[in-house]
Amino acid sequence: MERFGGGALARSRSVELKGIHIPHNKATAEQETTVMPLPSKVMLPMQQHVGAPCVPQVKRRQHVEVGQLIGHSDARLTCDIYSPVSGIVKEIRQVHYSNGWSDEAVVIEPDGEQVVHESVRKPEVTDFASLVEALKHSGIVGLGGAGFPAWAKMNTDLSSIDTWLVNGAECEPYLSTDYREMVEHADTVLEGIKACLDFSGVPRSLICIEDNKPRAIELLRQMAADDPRIDVFELPARYPQGASRVILRNVTGRSVPRGGHLTDVGALLYNVTTMSEIGRYLRTGMPLTKRRLTVMGDAIARPQNLEVVVGTPISEILEYCGCAPGPRKVIIGGPMMGTTQVELDVPIVRQNCGLLAFGVNGPVVPRQTACIKCSRCIDHCPIRLSPIEIHKAYINRDTARLDELMADLCVECGTCSYVCPSKQPLVQSTHLARALLRAEQRKAKGRR
Amino acid sequence: MALFKRHEEPVNLDNPANNPLVLRPAPQISSAVTTHIIMRDVLVALAPATVMALVNFGWHAALVIATSIASCVGFEYLWCRLRKTPQTIGDLSAAVTGLLLAFNVPSTLPLYMVVIGAFVAIIMTKELFGGIGKNFANPAIVGRIFLAVAFPVAMTNFVPSSVLLPEQAAFDLVSSATPLAASAQPHSYLRLLLGIHAGVLGETSAAALLLGMVFLLYRPVITWHIPVAYMGTVAVLSLLAGKDVVAQLLSGGLVLGAIYMATDYSTCPATKRGKLVFGIGCGLITCLIRFFGNLNEGVAYSILFMNLLVPYIDQLTPNIPVGGEAIMAERRRAKRGGKAHE
Repeated sequence: MERFGGGALARSRSVELKGIHIPHNKATAEQETTVMPLPSKVMLPMQQHVGAPCVPQVKRRQHVEVGQLIGHSDARLTCDIYSPVSGIVKEIRQVHYSNGWSDEAVVIEPDGEQVVHESVRKPEVTDFASLVEALKHSGIVGLGGAGFPAWAKMNTDLSSIDTWLVNGAECEPYLSTDYREMVEHADTVLEGIKACLDFSGVPRSLICIEDNKPRAIELLRQMAADDPRIDVFELPARYPQGASRVILRNVTGRSVPRGGHLTDVGALLYNVTTMSEIGRYLRTGMPLTKRRLTVMGDAIARPQNLEVVVGTPISEILEYCGCAPGPRKVIIGGPMMGTTQVELDVPIVRQNCGLLAFGVNGPVVPRQTACIKCSRCIDHCPIRLSPIEIHKAYINRDTARLDELMADLCVECGTCSYVCPSKQPLVQSTHLARALLRAEQRKAKGRR
Repeated sequence: MALFKRHEEPVNLDNPANNPLVLRPAPQISSAVTTHIIMRDVLVALAPATVMALVNFGWHAALVIATSIASCVGFEYLWCRLRKTPQTIGDLSAAVTGLLLAFNVPSTLPLYMVVIGAFVAIIMTKELFGGIGKNFANPAIVGRIFLAVAFPVAMTNFVPSSVLLPEQAAFDLVSSATPLAASAQPHSYLRLLLGIHAGVLGETSAAALLLGMVFLLYRPVITWHIPVAYMGTVAVLSLLAGKDVVAQLLSGGLVLGAIYMATDYSTCPATKRGKLVFGIGCGLITCLIRFFGNLNEGVAYSILFMNLLVPYIDQLTPNIPVGGEAIMAERRRAKRGGKAHE
């Protein structure tokens, strides 16, 4: 706690984990959010969160309304899915993702009426339990990209939590959706934070923002001035300041022990858009049905921050933003952690924050050459791992060595692969190494 | 949907004919730095020292440098050609080795010896161990040591700098290899900085080498850890031994070795802590050789010796992952406890 202070702590240059400079490319940052008209169809996959997939609660040809429950599961960790439009359920079919996974999706044809369902009403929140209960029916998940159900994250013993971190770093290049949320909806951001602090009893909250967003810092600092519990912490605008473990270390000086969670060291971390959605939900009772995306890339004629309904197919978004025919690379998310898409008939889900499309002149990663042991990956890893050693151990499937190197601590920010002069697939190997370690641990458990 | 069909052969999705959209794991962007750019930066950093070598030793220096670079690149080209492996001379690392090797020999060295040195450096030290990144010792250092052992007379046949200063005679040019043995004189610091004295090509001008270091630190190709630890150790030990600190630092191959040879990526430790240990070790051995050994100059041998210790240094100085502090402490305790039981 001694690292906490008043405004004096909000100096950014002295943070411990410095990260690397990557060109920000946030050309749309100062553009007002535009709203995309309703698409011709809305696809709602049943898995838009961490946890158990939902089960469709509607039938084919059924009429649904805005805010009506579409997907629900009785599992312990899950998050309900609500209809963003009013219309007719056309079909329930499989949707295939580029990573080889597929999922059940409810396809709705909007009728354009946007009639709000009767179940949508302002939740009554009187204490912490009722806040968690209300958020269970909000459809709000971690909107920074993780998709962890918001209610589940706070549904734990909060007595030892002393800091509620709010992540407005947005360190991914290109993306500016969190920034727009802070600038356009600072009021709901603060309402969400205040409600969370009020009902949970957590003593303070820090909104962490990279210093390339001075407007957001200034605005939130001004608006939060009347509440001594809320402060703004400036982070250097260097990648990956937004990674949860990096933010925790840089703001509080603590580190999450291996295999642990942020709550183990007295902190909670919510994305700033998640907080804003919580504030909005408590005000209106309308579940999460919309999502702001940064649509950019050299194939996009009209780059913008676009508000779309959840479930909009990416092909329609690309068309709306004037994507040149035959893009070469389409990425959901940012260029550092996003996933490329080979199939454009997939929907935007709740936790997506960006859609990038590049033509033939888009980013090309050069050919891989021999490792020259420059140790750039080791020097720049925000978690201080040894990516090249993990890569070698993974090639040998040496799980003992992977365990020794603690490959499972990786946050997969991709810094190692970015800085590598010989373009080794470092984060890619580490991703596979983590899966290998998990499988090994499961096996060991089964044996016992 | 063709993508999800079963194919007889794996589909190369990078080929536009198969699919217009690229499927590739994150990250989708990558820094502009490549091996070629790093090696080019090293060559740029060595340019001032090259100019000073030409000024000091004239056209013969140019001949040695050209021969060394051409034969190093040539040997690597032939190696790749004969083994039918992808050509690697484009990464410029052979050119860097060639220039560093030339910097390590006197301008009077017969050119056939330069070629032999290049063969030892590129083929025997680098390629036989697997090429760039896999060699355990610095190729230019091994080339230099091989030449010094094989042709001791030719390797110490230093000629005075062609830039004449009035007090030229103050240096004993035949018996002492470098100004290290000569007693330091008040105005000789400037000579040492500019390299206006006898010696091998690149070791002479400390100022030009330091200028290159500033560039390398700015880019950044190297970190400060090895040069500072190395030169700092030599400075402290010289002070303790009552030697002329500035003369010890500026003369011999110390500046060249500490900035350009000890920092060779594949033959120095991976972590910053390891680099500090490596630099201090180099400084210690250099001083031991200089103060107590028969050789005037110990930089090459100290770097070679520390190269051999790199795997052990790497093992002892890993980075402590954020979140792995407790586990690392536990491991260290277990290791110490295990030793105590033995």
